[in-house]
Amino acid sequence: MKTASPIYGLMAEFDTPTDLVHASKAAYEAGYRKMDTYTPYPLEEAAEAIGAHHNRVPLVVLIGAMCGMIGGYSLQYWVSAVNYPINVGGKPFHSWPAFIPVTFECAILGAALAAVFGMLALNGLPQPYHPVFNAPNFARASRDRFFLCIESQDPNFRLEETKRFLETFRPLEITEVPH
Amino acid sequence: MSVRDEIDVLPPKGVRPPIIGPGQDFGTVTDRIAGVVLTKHTPVFWVLIFAVGAMLAGMLSTAVAYLIFRGTGIWGINIPVGWGFAIVNFVWWIGIGHAGTLISAILLLFKQTWRTSINRFAEAMTIFAVMQAGLFPLIHTGRPWLAIYWLFPYPNSMGVWPQFRSPLIWDVFAVSTYFTVSFLFWGIGLIPDFATLRDSAKTLVVKRIYGMLAMGWRGSARHWNRYETAYMLLAGLATPLVLSVHSVVSLDFAVSLVPGWHTTFFPPYFVAGAIYSGFAMVLILAIPFRYLYGMQDYITLRHLQNCAKLMLATGLIVAYSYAMEVFFGWYSNNKFELAMVWNRMHGPYGHYYWMLIACNIVIPQVLWFNKVRSTPWMLFCVALVVNTGMWLERFVIVVLSLQRDFLPSSWGMYWFTKWDVMILIGTMGFFTLLFFLFIRFMPAISIFEMRTLLPQAKVKE
Repeated sequence: MKTASPIYGLMAEFDTPTDLVHASKAAYEAGYRKMDTYTPYPLEEAAEAIGAHHNRVPLVVLIGAMCGMIGGYSLQYWVSAVNYPINVGGKPFHSWPAFIPVTFECAILGAALAAVFGMLALNGLPQPYHPVFNAPNFARASRDRFFLCIESQDPNFRLEETKRFLETFRPLEITEVPH
Repeated sequence: MSVRDEIDVLPPKGVRPPIIGPGQDFGTVTDRIAGVVLTKHTPVFWVLIFAVGAMLAGMLSTAVAYLIFRGTGIWGINIPVGWGFAIVNFVWWIGIGHAGTLISAILLLFKQTWRTSINRFAEAMTIFAVMQAGLFPLIHTGRPWLAIYWLFPYPNSMGVWPQFRSPLIWDVFAVSTYFTVSFLFWGIGLIPDFATLRDSAKTLVVKRIYGMLAMGWRGSARHWNRYETAYMLLAGLATPLVLSVHSVVSLDFAVSLVPGWHTTFFPPYFVAGAIYSGFAMVLILAIPFRYLYGMQDYITLRHLQNCAKLMLATGLIVAYSYAMEVFFGWYSNNKFELAMVWNRMHGPYGHYYWMLIACNIVIPQVLWFNKVRSTPWMLFCVALVVNTGMWLERFVIVVLSLQRDFLPSSWGMYWFTKWDVMILIGTMGFFTLLFFLFIRFMPAISIFEMRTLLPQAKVKE
């Protein structure tokens, strides 16, 4: 892959979540923005430390729910009152109270599909290749280690300087991540 | 036996057992749970139970094939009892699924961290139970391929549509949405664990398979952030959904005019019963699983006790509902309702009713004793009794109301056939088969959520 920088970034490996959050906060304060942490379980503090505590999943879910709701109700209205009206026990063709259960189910269905597929899409998954997997020992990010990667795309990134900065937090290891 | 007794030591009075055994760290949790999947060695008990499940599933497919060949005449249904085992089994299985969603969604919203180690297989239980349930509405039509047009709205050559004013169609939407949402919830929970399996796998083929399933998950903070939001929202969506599903199922009955069905309190009554039977099924699965795989450190006595308490609570709601059914019959002063109550207790199926009372109300009262709640084999027996009772409940509701309705000249009896029984037992086998495949190939306990329970997972200030 052709990019300006020869490496993807610098990866620091930590033993505890506390060390990781501490280092991430300091990196954010030092002006680094293009960075990410990699943890074996959701760590709210890490997301906050790198300034990633807002996301658009709720909006996507709301849109999904509205689509499901409107779609479900319109389907029933069109089928029962427009396309093939049938008189059932003298009830009106547009007997809206009877349409509520299916409308509700369709809204939930739309919202749930939006939540899962919206989350995956916003995360850019499925993604067959990503440079962070080149970092040695990265397999332990899904096990018991905590990683902070400052990416070379960051305007403040200077290989030696950033390395020295990361070393102040006493990580277990710092590695250059190739593309 | 000795192994189990050593691990399941009750702490002194007043102290509750922990939700995770002592001496665990990120590595041991990962290795222990992922080890069940990644090992090359398949345990003998797994093969045996799987074989039994496969044989019963074979019996199910034989019975269904013969049903399709001959039609529903091979079942015991006739006039006046046109709804037999198929509906009883449908309601029973769909009810069993409910505890899975309760554990994974409602307990998550209430921040009940003890749910963590049982939510994964409870969700799997939900999906497999709903699959068994979904089979019955399809096959009870006799010719499913001719019946699809009144189940699902699709443009067909006759130009007709499903009847959206009917609870039976609400049911189709409720159950199919429930299955889809449960499946999504389960699937989204599995993604980070597939990543763990990908990274721990020893052979390339296994690595590739779990790698594809993990979709490139790398545990990024931004991803976790969206993931957690989506997970919580799904839980929030699944909560009203699970309450709606059995409510809609109960409306299949309650919207009709048949004595014993036509009551307004059916929805909460059915939901309570569903959760009751679901927790019984969670115990039926969890107790052998933790024993056979030595998972007592993750599924501790605390989990079993909590499930038992929830069973006791929902069981009491069910008991109240049975009392109310009798009260409504009496208070209505309607001779058909009164006759229905009398018929349940003293009619030709009276022994079913009293067995149901014994299984669902009398015997589960032993759960008041801490000794029973803390002894796995006793809990297992109570759970089996409760699930038998719940099946009998549905039998009593479905068959007894139809058997003697308004006109004595049209009264009749319902004699189920061997095909009815084969299909019921067959679905149990199919369920076992699916569940054991799941245990072998997917982490049955959520690994990443177990990590969050460890004391070292907290960020210290």
